[in-house]
Amino acid sequence: MQEQRVFTVSEITQDIKLILEASFGEVWIEGEVSNFKAATSGHFYFSLKDETAVIAAVMFIRANKDLKFKITDGLKVVCFGKVDVYGPRGQYQVIIERIEPKGIGAQQLAFQQLKNKLSKEGLFDPGHKKELPLMPFSVGIVTSSSGAAVRDILQILKKGAPCVDVVVRSVRVQGDSAAGEIASAVDEFNQFKKVDLIIVSRGGGSVEDLWPFNEEVVARAIYNSAIPVVSAVGHQINITISDLVADVFVETPSAAAKIIVDKKNALLARLDGTKQEMAFSVSEVIARLNNALVALRHMLKSPQDRMSEKQQLLDEIITALMQNMRHYLDITREKAGSLIDRMEALSPLAVLSRGYSLSMIMPEGQIIRDAARLNRGDKIKTVLDKGAIISLVEEVIADERKTVI
Amino acid sequence: MKEKQSFEDDIKRLQKIVEDLSSGKLTLGESLKKYEEGVKLAQSCSSVLNDAQRKVDLLTKKDGKYSLEKFDDSGEEK
Repeated sequence: MQEQRVFTVSEITQDIKLILEASFGEVWIEGEVSNFKAATSGHFYFSLKDETAVIAAVMFIRANKDLKFKITDGLKVVCFGKVDVYGPRGQYQVIIERIEPKGIGAQQLAFQQLKNKLSKEGLFDPGHKKELPLMPFSVGIVTSSSGAAVRDILQILKKGAPCVDVVVRSVRVQGDSAAGEIASAVDEFNQFKKVDLIIVSRGGGSVEDLWPFNEEVVARAIYNSAIPVVSAVGHQINITISDLVADVFVETPSAAAKIIVDKKNALLARLDGTKQEMAFSVSEVIARLNNALVALRHMLKSPQDRMSEKQQLLDEIITALMQNMRHYLDITREKAGSLIDRMEALSPLAVLSRGYSLSMIMPEGQIIRDAARLNRGDKIKTVLDKGAIISLVEEVIADERKTVI
Repeated sequence: MKEKQSFEDDIKRLQKIVEDLSSGKLTLGESLKKYEEGVKLAQSCSSVLNDAQRKVDLLTKKDGKYSLEKFDDSGEEK
Protein backbone atom coordinates (compact mmCIF):
# COMPACT_ATOMS: atom_id res chain seq x y z
CA MET A 1 0.00 0.00 0.00
CA GLN A 2 1.25 3.29 -0.90
CA GLU A 3 1.58 5.61 1.93
CA GLN A 4 -1.24 8.04 1.90
CA ARG A 5 -0.67 11.68 2.64
CA VAL A 6 -2.50 12.71 5.76
CA PHE A 7 -3.78 16.31 5.79
CA THR A 8 -4.58 18.23 8.83
CA VAL A 9 -8.03 19.85 8.75
CA SER A 10 -6.46 23.23 8.33
CA GLU A 11 -4.22 22.00 5.52
CA ILE A 12 -7.02 20.53 3.51
CA THR A 13 -9.26 23.48 4.18
CA GLN A 14 -6.49 25.74 2.99
CA ASP A 15 -6.10 23.62 -0.16
CA ILE A 16 -9.85 23.67 -0.83
CA LYS A 17 -9.82 27.41 -0.32
CA LEU A 18 -7.02 27.86 -2.82
CA ILE A 19 -8.65 25.61 -5.38
CA LEU A 20 -12.07 27.19 -5.05
CA GLU A 21 -10.77 30.71 -5.11
CA ALA A 22 -8.50 29.97 -8.03
CA SER A 23 -11.15 28.29 -10.13
CA PHE A 24 -14.02 30.69 -9.45
CA GLY A 25 -12.47 33.97 -8.44
CA GLU A 26 -15.00 36.74 -8.75
CA VAL A 27 -18.43 35.71 -9.93
CA TRP A 28 -21.93 36.97 -10.55
CA ILE A 29 -24.59 34.93 -8.79
CA GLU A 30 -28.31 35.17 -9.15
CA GLY A 31 -30.70 33.91 -6.50
CA GLU A 32 -33.26 34.62 -3.84
CA VAL A 33 -32.38 35.98 -0.43
CA SER A 34 -33.32 33.93 2.61
CA ASN A 35 -32.43 33.94 6.29
CA PHE A 36 -31.28 37.53 6.07
CA LYS A 37 -29.71 38.84 9.21
CA ALA A 38 -28.02 42.18 9.87
CA ALA A 39 -25.56 41.63 12.70
CA THR A 40 -24.86 44.31 15.29
CA SER A 41 -21.43 44.65 13.70
CA GLY A 42 -23.21 45.93 10.58
CA HIS A 43 -22.30 42.88 8.50
CA PHE A 44 -25.09 41.14 6.61
CA TYR A 45 -25.45 37.38 6.69
CA PHE A 46 -27.89 35.54 4.51
CA SER A 47 -28.35 32.70 2.05
CA LEU A 48 -28.82 32.76 -1.66
CA LYS A 49 -30.96 29.98 -3.01
CA ASP A 50 -32.76 28.71 -6.03
CA GLU A 51 -35.00 25.63 -6.51
CA THR A 52 -32.36 23.04 -5.80
CA ALA A 53 -29.44 24.63 -4.00
CA VAL A 54 -28.45 27.12 -1.39
CA ILE A 55 -25.23 29.00 -0.72
CA ALA A 56 -24.21 31.10 2.24
CA ALA A 57 -23.53 34.78 1.65
CA VAL A 58 -21.93 37.50 3.67
CA MET A 59 -21.80 41.20 2.92
CA PHE A 60 -19.49 43.19 5.10
CA ILE A 61 -20.32 46.66 6.35
CA ARG A 62 -17.81 48.36 4.07
CA ALA A 63 -19.76 46.94 1.13
CA ASN A 64 -23.30 47.43 2.44
CA LYS A 65 -23.09 50.85 4.05
CA ASP A 66 -24.11 52.77 0.91
CA LEU A 67 -26.85 50.39 -0.02
CA LYS A 68 -30.00 52.37 -0.76
CA PHE A 69 -32.57 49.63 -0.57
CA LYS A 70 -33.13 47.08 2.15
CA ILE A 71 -32.31 43.42 1.62
CA THR A 72 -35.24 41.29 2.65
CA ASP A 73 -36.05 37.59 2.53
CA GLY A 74 -37.59 36.57 -0.78
CA LEU A 75 -35.90 39.40 -2.68
CA LYS A 76 -34.51 38.22 -6.02
CA VAL A 77 -31.00 39.59 -6.42
CA VAL A 78 -27.97 39.58 -8.61
CA CYS A 79 -24.75 39.67 -6.62
CA PHE A 80 -21.13 40.19 -7.43
CA GLY A 81 -18.55 38.68 -5.14
CA LYS A 82 -16.00 35.98 -4.65
CA VAL A 83 -16.31 32.43 -3.51
CA ASP A 84 -14.64 31.91 -0.20
CA VAL A 85 -14.15 29.15 2.31
CA TYR A 86 -14.80 29.92 5.94
CA GLY A 87 -12.52 27.51 7.74
CA PRO A 88 -13.84 27.69 11.29
CA ARG A 89 -17.19 26.34 10.08
CA GLY A 90 -15.94 24.29 7.18
CA GLN A 91 -18.28 26.22 5.01
CA TYR A 92 -17.95 27.71 1.60
CA GLN A 93 -19.67 31.01 1.03
CA VAL A 94 -19.83 34.05 -1.19
CA ILE A 95 -18.47 37.34 0.00
CA ILE A 96 -20.67 39.86 -1.70
CA GLU A 97 -19.32 43.19 -2.86
CA ARG A 98 -22.31 44.43 -4.81
CA ILE A 99 -25.92 43.47 -4.78
CA GLU A 100 -28.72 44.59 -7.10
CA PRO A 101 -32.38 43.70 -7.02
CA LYS A 102 -33.27 41.63 -10.06
CA GLY A 103 -35.62 43.06 -12.67
CA ILE A 104 -35.91 46.41 -10.89
CA GLY A 105 -33.44 49.21 -10.30
CA ALA A 106 -31.88 49.50 -6.90
CA GLN A 107 -33.16 53.03 -6.60
CA GLN A 108 -36.61 52.08 -7.67
CA LEU A 109 -36.64 49.38 -5.05
CA ALA A 110 -35.31 51.74 -2.42
CA PHE A 111 -38.01 54.20 -3.37
CA GLN A 112 -40.70 51.53 -3.06
CA GLN A 113 -39.33 50.32 0.24
CA LEU A 114 -39.16 53.78 1.78
CA LYS A 115 -42.53 54.65 0.36
CA ASN A 116 -44.09 51.57 1.94
CA LYS A 117 -42.41 52.21 5.23
CA LEU A 118 -43.43 55.87 5.46
CA SER A 119 -46.89 55.11 4.21
CA LYS A 120 -47.35 52.58 7.01
CA GLU A 121 -46.18 55.20 9.45
CA GLY A 122 -48.80 57.61 8.14
CA LEU A 123 -46.45 60.22 6.68
CA PHE A 124 -48.60 60.52 3.56
CA ASP A 125 -51.83 60.61 5.53
CA PRO A 126 -54.18 63.17 3.92
CA GLY A 127 -55.42 64.02 7.41
CA HIS A 128 -51.98 65.30 8.35
CA LYS A 129 -51.73 67.62 5.37
CA LYS A 130 -51.97 71.26 6.29
CA GLU A 131 -54.05 73.76 4.44
CA LEU A 132 -52.03 76.42 2.65
CA PRO A 133 -52.51 79.92 4.04
CA LEU A 134 -55.28 82.00 2.48
CA MET A 135 -52.54 84.18 1.05
CA PRO A 136 -48.86 83.50 1.70
CA PHE A 137 -47.24 86.91 1.95
CA SER A 138 -43.88 85.51 2.92
CA VAL A 139 -42.54 82.43 1.18
CA GLY A 140 -39.46 80.44 2.08
CA ILE A 141 -37.71 78.57 -0.70
CA VAL A 142 -35.41 75.63 -0.04
CA THR A 143 -33.33 75.19 -3.15
CA SER A 144 -30.00 76.03 -4.70
CA SER A 145 -29.58 79.80 -4.97
CA SER A 146 -27.88 79.30 -8.32
CA GLY A 147 -30.35 76.88 -9.81
CA ALA A 148 -33.10 77.30 -12.36
CA ALA A 149 -35.82 76.60 -9.80
CA VAL A 150 -35.28 79.74 -7.74
CA ARG A 151 -35.05 81.84 -10.89
CA ASP A 152 -38.32 80.47 -12.24
CA ILE A 153 -40.15 80.97 -8.97
CA LEU A 154 -38.87 84.50 -8.43
CA GLN A 155 -39.70 85.53 -11.98
CA ILE A 156 -43.27 84.34 -11.76
CA LEU A 157 -43.81 85.89 -8.34
CA LYS A 158 -42.29 89.17 -9.42
CA LYS A 159 -44.65 89.36 -12.35
CA GLY A 160 -47.77 87.81 -10.87
CA ALA A 161 -47.63 88.45 -7.13
CA PRO A 162 -45.15 91.17 -6.26
CA CYS A 163 -46.82 91.55 -2.87
CA VAL A 164 -45.08 88.36 -1.75
CA ASP A 165 -41.77 88.49 0.12
CA VAL A 166 -39.35 85.68 -0.56
CA VAL A 167 -36.67 84.21 1.68
CA VAL A 168 -34.27 81.83 0.00
CA ARG A 169 -32.38 79.20 2.00
CA SER A 170 -29.71 77.97 -0.34
CA VAL A 171 -28.88 74.26 -0.21
CA ARG A 172 -27.22 71.68 -2.39
CA VAL A 173 -29.94 69.83 -4.25
CA GLN A 174 -27.89 66.90 -5.45
CA GLY A 175 -25.09 64.80 -4.11
CA ASP A 176 -24.57 63.01 -0.84
CA SER A 177 -24.98 65.98 1.48
CA ALA A 178 -28.05 67.35 -0.29
CA ALA A 179 -30.71 65.44 1.65
CA GLY A 180 -29.30 66.52 5.00
CA GLU A 181 -29.08 70.16 3.88
CA ILE A 182 -32.62 70.17 2.52
CA ALA A 183 -33.98 68.64 5.72
CA SER A 184 -32.08 71.16 7.87
CA ALA A 185 -33.32 74.07 5.78
CA VAL A 186 -36.92 73.01 6.32
CA ASP A 187 -36.25 72.78 10.07
CA GLU A 188 -34.52 76.17 9.99
CA PHE A 189 -37.48 77.88 8.38
CA ASN A 190 -39.61 76.46 11.17
CA GLN A 191 -37.26 77.95 13.74
CA PHE A 192 -36.97 81.21 11.85
CA LYS A 193 -40.80 81.38 11.76
CA LYS A 194 -41.03 84.39 9.45
CA VAL A 195 -42.44 82.62 6.42
CA ASP A 196 -45.95 81.26 6.05
CA LEU A 197 -45.20 78.79 3.27
CA ILE A 198 -42.15 76.72 2.35
CA ILE A 199 -41.39 75.61 -1.18
CA VAL A 200 -38.95 72.70 -1.44
CA SER A 201 -37.73 72.71 -4.99
CA ARG A 202 -35.25 71.90 -7.66
CA GLY A 203 -35.38 71.83 -11.42
CA GLY A 204 -35.50 68.79 -13.63
CA GLY A 205 -32.83 66.16 -13.63
CA SER A 206 -32.14 62.46 -13.73
CA VAL A 207 -33.62 60.13 -11.14
CA GLU A 208 -30.20 60.21 -9.45
CA ASP A 209 -30.22 64.02 -9.42
CA LEU A 210 -33.60 64.06 -7.76
CA TRP A 211 -32.56 61.40 -5.28
CA PRO A 212 -32.15 63.61 -2.19
CA PHE A 213 -35.87 64.31 -2.38
CA ASN A 214 -36.45 60.59 -1.92
CA GLU A 215 -34.50 60.40 1.30
CA GLU A 216 -36.12 59.63 4.58
CA VAL A 217 -34.52 62.58 6.38
CA VAL A 218 -36.15 65.01 3.91
CA ALA A 219 -39.50 63.25 4.22
CA ARG A 220 -39.41 63.52 8.01
CA ALA A 221 -38.40 67.20 7.98
CA ILE A 222 -41.31 68.00 5.67
CA TYR A 223 -43.69 65.91 7.75
CA ASN A 224 -42.63 67.64 10.94
CA SER A 225 -42.82 71.16 9.52
CA ALA A 226 -45.40 73.32 11.25
CA ILE A 227 -45.34 75.59 8.20
CA PRO A 228 -47.15 74.19 5.15
CA VAL A 229 -44.75 72.76 2.56
CA VAL A 230 -45.14 72.69 -1.21
CA SER A 231 -42.94 70.18 -3.00
CA ALA A 232 -41.91 71.18 -6.51
CA VAL A 233 -39.24 68.82 -7.73
CA GLY A 234 -38.30 68.03 -11.29
CA HIS A 235 -39.76 69.07 -14.57
CA GLN A 236 -42.19 66.33 -15.33
CA ILE A 237 -44.10 63.70 -13.52
CA ASN A 238 -41.50 61.95 -11.45
CA ILE A 239 -42.98 61.66 -8.04
CA THR A 240 -40.57 61.83 -5.17
CA ILE A 241 -41.06 60.90 -1.54
CA SER A 242 -41.03 64.61 -0.69
CA ASP A 243 -43.94 65.08 -3.12
CA LEU A 244 -45.90 62.44 -1.27
CA VAL A 245 -45.25 63.81 2.18
CA ALA A 246 -45.65 67.51 1.33
CA ASP A 247 -48.95 69.28 1.96
CA VAL A 248 -49.22 70.13 -1.72
CA PHE A 249 -47.06 68.98 -4.59
CA VAL A 250 -46.68 70.32 -8.08
CA GLU A 251 -44.64 69.12 -11.01
CA THR A 252 -42.40 72.11 -11.48
CA PRO A 253 -40.97 75.08 -9.56
CA SER A 254 -43.00 77.40 -11.82
CA ALA A 255 -46.21 75.62 -10.84
CA ALA A 256 -45.41 76.24 -7.17
CA ALA A 257 -45.13 79.97 -7.84
CA LYS A 258 -48.34 79.87 -9.87
CA ILE A 259 -50.24 78.52 -6.86
CA ILE A 260 -49.42 81.76 -5.07
CA VAL A 261 -50.24 83.96 -8.07
CA ASP A 262 -53.55 82.13 -8.50
CA LYS A 263 -54.36 82.61 -4.83
CA LYS A 264 -53.73 86.32 -5.17
CA ASN A 265 -55.86 86.66 -8.31
CA ALA A 266 -58.68 84.59 -6.84
CA LEU A 267 -58.67 86.76 -3.74
CA LEU A 268 -58.80 89.96 -5.78
CA ALA A 269 -61.72 88.60 -7.80
CA ARG A 270 -63.44 87.53 -4.61
CA LEU A 271 -62.94 90.98 -3.09
CA ASP A 272 -64.51 92.55 -6.17
CA GLY A 273 -67.40 90.14 -5.92
CA THR A 274 -67.76 91.00 -2.25
CA LYS A 275 -68.10 94.68 -3.05
CA GLN A 276 -70.85 93.97 -5.56
CA GLU A 277 -72.58 91.61 -3.19
CA MET A 278 -72.57 94.23 -0.45
CA ALA A 279 -73.89 96.93 -2.78
CA PHE A 280 -76.65 94.59 -3.88
CA SER A 281 -77.60 93.81 -0.30
CA VAL A 282 -77.81 97.49 0.57
CA SER A 283 -79.92 98.21 -2.51
CA GLU A 284 -82.20 95.38 -1.44
CA VAL A 285 -82.61 96.99 1.97
CA ILE A 286 -83.42 100.30 0.32
CA ALA A 287 -85.91 98.70 -2.05
CA ARG A 288 -87.57 96.95 0.84
CA LEU A 289 -87.80 100.15 2.82
CA ASN A 290 -89.17 101.96 -0.18
CA ASN A 291 -91.92 99.39 -0.54
CA ALA A 292 -92.73 99.75 3.12
CA LEU A 293 -92.83 103.52 2.69
CA VAL A 294 -95.30 103.29 -0.16
CA ALA A 295 -97.49 101.08 1.99
CA LEU A 296 -97.24 103.50 4.89
CA ARG A 297 -98.02 106.48 2.72
CA HIS A 298 -101.11 104.67 1.63
CA MET A 299 -102.16 104.24 5.20
CA LEU A 300 -101.39 107.80 6.25
CA LYS A 301 -104.01 109.89 4.34
CA SER A 302 -104.58 113.64 4.57
CA PRO A 303 -107.96 114.90 5.93
CA GLN A 304 -108.81 116.04 2.47
CA ASP A 305 -108.22 112.52 1.15
CA ARG A 306 -110.41 111.19 3.90
CA MET A 307 -113.13 113.76 3.11
CA SER A 308 -113.23 112.90 -0.54
CA GLU A 309 -113.30 109.25 0.40
CA LYS A 310 -116.36 109.89 2.52
CA GLN A 311 -117.80 111.93 -0.31
CA GLN A 312 -117.32 109.03 -2.60
CA LEU A 313 -119.01 106.73 -0.15
CA LEU A 314 -121.90 109.12 0.07
CA ASP A 315 -122.19 109.26 -3.69
CA GLU A 316 -122.32 105.53 -3.81
CA ILE A 317 -125.05 105.40 -1.21
CA ILE A 318 -127.08 108.00 -3.06
CA THR A 319 -126.73 106.16 -6.31
CA ALA A 320 -127.85 102.96 -4.68
CA LEU A 321 -130.73 104.73 -3.05
CA MET A 322 -131.76 106.26 -6.33
CA GLN A 323 -131.67 102.93 -7.98
CA ASN A 324 -133.77 101.45 -5.23
CA MET A 325 -136.28 104.23 -5.55
CA ARG A 326 -136.46 103.91 -9.28
CA HIS A 327 -137.03 100.25 -8.94
CA TYR A 328 -139.76 100.82 -6.39
CA LEU A 329 -141.36 103.42 -8.59
CA ASP A 330 -141.28 101.10 -11.55
CA ILE A 331 -143.02 98.43 -9.56
CA THR A 332 -145.57 100.89 -8.25
CA ARG A 333 -146.17 102.25 -11.68
CA GLU A 334 -146.69 98.79 -13.00
CA LYS A 335 -149.15 98.05 -10.24
CA ALA A 336 -150.99 101.31 -10.80
CA GLY A 337 -151.20 100.61 -14.51
CA SER A 338 -152.96 97.32 -14.03
CA LEU A 339 -155.34 98.89 -11.51
CA ILE A 340 -156.32 101.56 -14.00
CA ASP A 341 -156.89 98.89 -16.58
CA ARG A 342 -159.14 97.07 -14.22
CA MET A 343 -160.94 100.27 -13.27
CA GLU A 344 -161.42 101.09 -16.88
CA ALA A 345 -162.93 97.68 -17.49
CA LEU A 346 -165.39 98.29 -14.70
CA SER A 347 -166.45 101.76 -15.91
CA PRO A 348 -170.00 102.01 -17.24
CA LEU A 349 -168.68 104.25 -19.89
CA ALA A 350 -166.70 101.32 -21.31
CA VAL A 351 -169.95 99.39 -21.57
CA LEU A 352 -171.42 102.24 -23.60
CA SER A 353 -168.71 101.75 -26.22
CA ARG A 354 -170.04 98.33 -26.76
CA GLY A 355 -173.49 99.77 -27.70
CA TYR A 356 -175.14 99.82 -24.32
CA SER A 357 -176.76 103.01 -23.02
CA LEU A 358 -177.58 104.50 -19.67
CA SER A 359 -180.72 106.25 -18.83
CA MET A 360 -181.35 108.65 -16.03
CA ILE A 361 -184.49 110.31 -14.71
CA MET A 362 -184.35 113.99 -15.35
CA PRO A 363 -183.73 116.29 -13.71
CA GLU A 364 -182.64 114.15 -10.72
CA GLY A 365 -180.20 112.23 -12.85
CA GLN A 366 -180.92 108.98 -11.04
CA ILE A 367 -179.94 105.95 -13.11
CA ILE A 368 -182.95 103.99 -14.15
CA ARG A 369 -182.74 100.32 -13.36
CA ASP A 370 -186.45 99.49 -13.17
CA ALA A 371 -188.94 100.69 -15.81
CA ALA A 372 -191.65 100.51 -13.20
CA ARG A 373 -190.28 103.58 -11.63
CA LEU A 374 -191.11 105.58 -14.62
CA ASN A 375 -194.36 107.06 -15.64
CA ARG A 376 -195.62 108.19 -18.99
CA GLY A 377 -194.38 111.63 -19.80
CA ASP A 378 -191.27 111.44 -17.59
CA LYS A 379 -188.24 113.10 -19.10
CA ILE A 380 -185.27 110.84 -19.31
CA LYS A 381 -181.70 111.32 -20.47
CA THR A 382 -180.00 108.52 -22.26
CA VAL A 383 -176.23 108.59 -22.39
CA LEU A 384 -174.65 106.83 -25.32
CA ASP A 385 -171.07 106.13 -26.11
CA LYS A 386 -171.04 109.35 -28.01
CA GLY A 387 -173.46 112.04 -26.93
CA ALA A 388 -176.80 111.78 -25.20
CA ILE A 389 -180.42 112.14 -25.97
CA ILE A 390 -183.35 113.56 -23.98
CA SER A 391 -186.61 111.64 -24.43
CA LEU A 392 -190.14 111.58 -23.07
CA VAL A 393 -191.47 108.23 -21.90
CA GLU A 394 -194.32 107.02 -24.15
CA GLU A 395 -195.05 103.75 -22.41
CA VAL A 396 -193.77 101.78 -19.47
CA ILE A 397 -193.45 98.06 -19.90
CA ALA A 398 -192.70 96.84 -16.46
CA ASP A 399 -192.09 93.14 -17.12
CA GLU A 400 -190.25 93.22 -20.45
CA ARG A 401 -186.93 91.46 -19.85
CA LYS A 402 -183.94 91.83 -21.89
CA THR A 403 -185.58 92.00 -25.19
CA VAL A 404 -182.44 93.20 -26.66
CA ILE A 405 -179.18 91.82 -25.61
CA MET B 1 -46.56 87.13 9.35
CA LYS B 2 -48.27 90.00 11.12
CA GLU B 3 -49.49 91.31 7.82
CA LYS B 4 -50.87 87.89 6.94
CA GLN B 5 -52.70 87.53 10.24
CA SER B 6 -54.45 90.87 9.95
CA PHE B 7 -55.20 90.12 6.31
CA GLU B 8 -56.91 86.86 7.18
CA ASP B 9 -58.79 88.58 10.00
CA ASP B 10 -59.91 91.27 7.59
CA ILE B 11 -61.13 88.70 5.09
CA LYS B 12 -63.03 86.89 7.84
CA ARG B 13 -64.55 90.14 9.07
CA LEU B 14 -65.50 91.01 5.51
CA GLN B 15 -67.16 87.64 5.07
CA LYS B 16 -69.18 88.26 8.22
CA ILE B 17 -70.26 91.68 6.96
CA VAL B 18 -71.40 90.20 3.64
CA GLU B 19 -73.43 87.58 5.53
CA ASP B 20 -74.96 90.17 7.86
CA LEU B 21 -75.88 92.41 4.96
CA SER B 22 -77.51 89.65 2.96
CA SER B 23 -79.45 88.40 5.98
CA GLY B 24 -81.91 91.26 5.46
CA LYS B 25 -82.21 91.73 9.20
CA LEU B 26 -80.40 95.02 9.46
CA THR B 27 -81.87 98.49 9.58
CA LEU B 28 -80.93 100.88 6.82
CA GLY B 29 -78.60 102.71 9.21
CA GLU B 30 -76.87 99.49 10.22
CA SER B 31 -76.69 98.36 6.60
CA LEU B 32 -75.05 101.54 5.47
CA LYS B 33 -72.60 101.43 8.35
CA LYS B 34 -71.64 97.83 7.57
CA TYR B 35 -71.46 98.55 3.89
CA GLU B 36 -69.06 101.40 4.50
CA GLU B 37 -66.90 99.23 6.74
CA GLY B 38 -67.03 96.37 4.23
CA VAL B 39 -65.98 98.51 1.30
CA LYS B 40 -63.09 99.91 3.32
CA LEU B 41 -61.96 96.42 4.28
CA ALA B 42 -62.26 95.14 0.72
CA GLN B 43 -60.24 98.07 -0.54
CA SER B 44 -57.52 97.69 2.05
CA CYS B 45 -57.28 93.94 1.33
CA SER B 46 -57.09 94.62 -2.40
CA SER B 47 -54.39 97.18 -1.93
CA VAL B 48 -52.33 94.76 0.17
CA LEU B 49 -52.59 92.23 -2.66
CA ASN B 50 -51.76 94.83 -5.27
CA ASP B 51 -48.76 96.04 -3.33
CA ALA B 52 -45.54 95.57 -5.29
CA GLN B 53 -43.03 96.17 -2.51
CA ARG B 54 -41.69 92.69 -2.38
CA LYS B 55 -38.39 91.78 -0.83
CA VAL B 56 -36.16 88.87 -1.74
CA ASP B 57 -33.71 87.81 0.93
CA LEU B 58 -31.25 85.04 1.52
CA LEU B 59 -31.50 83.30 4.88
CA THR B 60 -28.18 82.53 6.47
CA LYS B 61 -27.29 80.98 9.76
CA LYS B 62 -24.12 81.84 11.62
CA ASP B 63 -23.40 80.51 15.09
CA GLY B 64 -27.03 79.52 15.52
CA LYS B 65 -28.25 82.98 14.62
CA TYR B 66 -30.33 83.68 11.56
CA SER B 67 -29.84 86.71 9.42
CA LEU B 68 -31.21 87.96 6.12
CA GLU B 69 -29.11 89.30 3.31
CA LYS B 70 -30.42 90.89 0.20
CA PHE B 71 -30.74 88.26 -2.47
CA ASP B 72 -29.78 89.55 -5.84
CA ASP B 73 -32.12 87.87 -8.23
CA SER B 74 -31.87 90.38 -11.04
CA GLY B 75 -28.57 88.93 -12.22
CA GLU B 76 -30.02 85.46 -12.32
CA GLU B 77 -32.64 86.33 -14.86
CA LYS B 78 -31.81 85.85 -18.46
